[in-house]
Amino acid sequence: MSVMAEGHEATEAARARKFGSLYSRNASAVVSRGLMATRSSNWLVMASGFLEPVLFLVSMGVGLGSIVGPVQGPSGQEISYAAYIAPALLAVSAMNGAIYDSTWNVFFKMNFAKLYQGMLYTSLGPLDVAMGEIFLALLRGLLYATGFTAVMGMMGLLTTPWALLMMPASVLIAFGFASFGMGVTSFMKTFQQMDWVNFFLLPMFLFSATFYPLSVYPEPIQWLVQAMPLWHGVELLRQISVGSFGPATVVHIGYYLVMILVGILLTTGRLRALFLK
Amino acid sequence: MRVFRGYAMSILLYSVGMPVAYLFAMGVGLATLVDANQAAAFGGVSYLAFIAPALLVSAAVMTSSGEFSYPVMAGFKWRRTYYGPHASPLVPQQIAVGHIMAVTLRLLFQSAAYLGIMALFGASPSPWGWVSIPVATLSGLAFGLPLMAYSASLKQDKGQFALVQRFIVTPLFLFSGTFFPLDTLPLAVRWIGWISPVWHGTELGRVFSYGYDEDPLLTIGHVVFLLACAGVGWTLTQRCFVRRMGT
Amino acid sequence: MKPDVVIAAHKLTKKYGDLAAVDGISFEVSAGESFGLLGPNGAGKSTTMKMIGGVSQRTSGQLSIMGLDPESHGPEVRAHLGVVPQQDNLDEELKVRENLLVYGRYFGLPLSYLRPKADELLEFAQLTEKAKSRVDDLSGGMKRRLTIARSLINEPRILLLDEPTTGLDPQARHILWDRLFRLKEQGVTLILTTHYMDEAEQLCDRLIVVDKGRIMAEGSPSSLIREHSTREVLELRFGSERNTRIGAELQGIGERLETLPDRVLIYADDGEAALEQVTARGLHPLTSLVRRSSLEDVFLRLTGRSLVD
Repeated sequence: MSVMAEGHEATEAARARKFGSLYSRNASAVVSRGLMATRSSNWLVMASGFLEPVLFLVSMGVGLGSIVGPVQGPSGQEISYAAYIAPALLAVSAMNGAIYDSTWNVFFKMNFAKLYQGMLYTSLGPLDVAMGEIFLALLRGLLYATGFTAVMGMMGLLTTPWALLMMPASVLIAFGFASFGMGVTSFMKTFQQMDWVNFFLLPMFLFSATFYPLSVYPEPIQWLVQAMPLWHGVELLRQISVGSFGPATVVHIGYYLVMILVGILLTTGRLRALFLK
Repeated sequence: MRVFRGYAMSILLYSVGMPVAYLFAMGVGLATLVDANQAAAFGGVSYLAFIAPALLVSAAVMTSSGEFSYPVMAGFKWRRTYYGPHASPLVPQQIAVGHIMAVTLRLLFQSAAYLGIMALFGASPSPWGWVSIPVATLSGLAFGLPLMAYSASLKQDKGQFALVQRFIVTPLFLFSGTFFPLDTLPLAVRWIGWISPVWHGTELGRVFSYGYDEDPLLTIGHVVFLLACAGVGWTLTQRCFVRRMGT
Repeated sequence: MKPDVVIAAHKLTKKYGDLAAVDGISFEVSAGESFGLLGPNGAGKSTTMKMIGGVSQRTSGQLSIMGLDPESHGPEVRAHLGVVPQQDNLDEELKVRENLLVYGRYFGLPLSYLRPKADELLEFAQLTEKAKSRVDDLSGGMKRRLTIARSLINEPRILLLDEPTTGLDPQARHILWDRLFRLKEQGVTLILTTHYMDEAEQLCDRLIVVDKGRIMAEGSPSSLIREHSTREVLELRFGSERNTRIGAELQGIGERLETLPDRVLIYADDGEAALEQVTARGLHPLTSLVRRSSLEDVFLRLTGRSLVD
């Protein structure tokens, strides 16, 4: 047998492609690898990621909701407490999923599983790997968002067809966090440093008008919260959920577009630091 | 144990930062929503006073779910800290006891810090509030020791701990009368609270921190339940350690 | 630059902080050649390999692979390379055959090519029966063979092998050598690092001896031995206490003398004759051995240290 078939067409064609210095336009190979790996991984773990926000919704929405009663929705009308927090929980889960995939997961594959080391010895460039991983994270986020929206529907929390837009919107939110998270990961060297990500996420989760309106805070704190990305995500999804849009909607979407842009610029600028030592 | 010193900073942040964040977000922020509507549902106390003992107990259980999962398996598998002392004439039981004592100390310290912060928020009106410290620690162990037995029996991590976290710890946190009285939930899920160390611990905590009016028999029941959980977990852990290290 | 040069390094340097892992090395490799980097652990061999693969950025100097700079044309350069890193980095979440297919996808190769190719390579690596196994269940030697098979998925012109047989048992090593030799026969350019002199002697047409990031010598294994050592070596052991002391009494025998803690080496073109001279002086070693000079002796001569500590 011959391992080196002279001038094999397929390999020649693969070499004749156009290459960038950090990119070979082949992020789809990274995506298909991710899908293949998912097949053999523990599907319960995958499913459990979807479960967490649902548990929160049932517990807080139903249990606490029966005490809190109706609250004021984005357009001033009264809505049930469950309907109030559901979009916020979706935004939080989009954030958590994206951050997990772009920080912990990337950090682990980089430093422990040595997965990227193998990938980068092929004609893949760092940008292919980064794009592939972000795409996978978003795909997963879309799946979870779809599931969560379905649960909302079953609980009677969907009152307008606009609410279906929450699915793409939560992908937008996830994209913002994922592109930014990967850039941040490029500065991380140890697991202890990775812990700091949590110290940032938890307060954001608790204070971003997730469970109650922003108006309970004194004004300076309101400003601080409004500067944080999660608040914009929560508000955006909340507005979509009742189909009430205004100038603020544009601001929220704009915030994420800028965040994605900055995140991508940061990540691409740090690609060499992240992948090429 | 010296291993813990490296984590001192993050322990400190968790034991001070988390309570402040949670008490402020839930006890102060959410409370404006809750108290405005229906204060009577919480037996006449403020929402802050109502959830503070629950958050204290939940924090202890979460810490213990962390300390009795990965570190235990890692002790066997990755870092071999357990095999280290094992080479010297320590029996497996002693090694298990060593880890349990270290975590117990951490729980006591963390709960004391939590209670101190609660006091600053004015969330622990009763002079008996300090009893919440051992109560939270006991709740942590009641959940943590059975978990430790499970962790010690694992040879490989295939995401089981993520599952424990999501399918057990999170539901216990959310359905144990933490943020609202258990009886506001439909009967179909109320049983989660009944078998949950978090609920038993929380109810006990409420009795001591603000004099929650409860049938004394039920109070005794909580203590017995927590002790029983911890006891069963203890026995199972001993067995697993002996089997794993083969004395 | 000669037309058939595929790798050219000029004053290649890589610094980590103040430490120069690779300190201005220059070499050229021609197509079809089998080129070795021989040196102890930490000599800078792996770092050099990483720079050739374009996954480590050089601090200074020039490097060109098939006429391209791997730093600015990483993906394009690596389209021609096959890489076997020092530590297997197989994808443990995938099965054995999937590892080959997915790796081929990274090169942008179509599945219609990859499916038969993967089967062919599994056979080459004697892993056909393990196609559906988990990577975790393979032995060390099997993992190594799979890594090598994987590196051939794109029919590379240049194969980089970083310590290919370290950690393998002797039988597994010989199987691997046989496979590598066949590749060489098919015209693949091999670049390999090793700290085993027998491996270098078996596989390399030409090699550089590297120590502390610098090139100590360059040439074919036989020319290096001819240049830096004698034809034969006489190894004497007098027992650990006496080796050093007796060293002095052996002066003058052979061309050169090395006293190591556990033995004394006498370099001479005729080892047996040297041994006769030793006994003629009334010295009786516990054991004596005459052998051919090896690259180990070259390294000892050049650096004053042995390769494997």
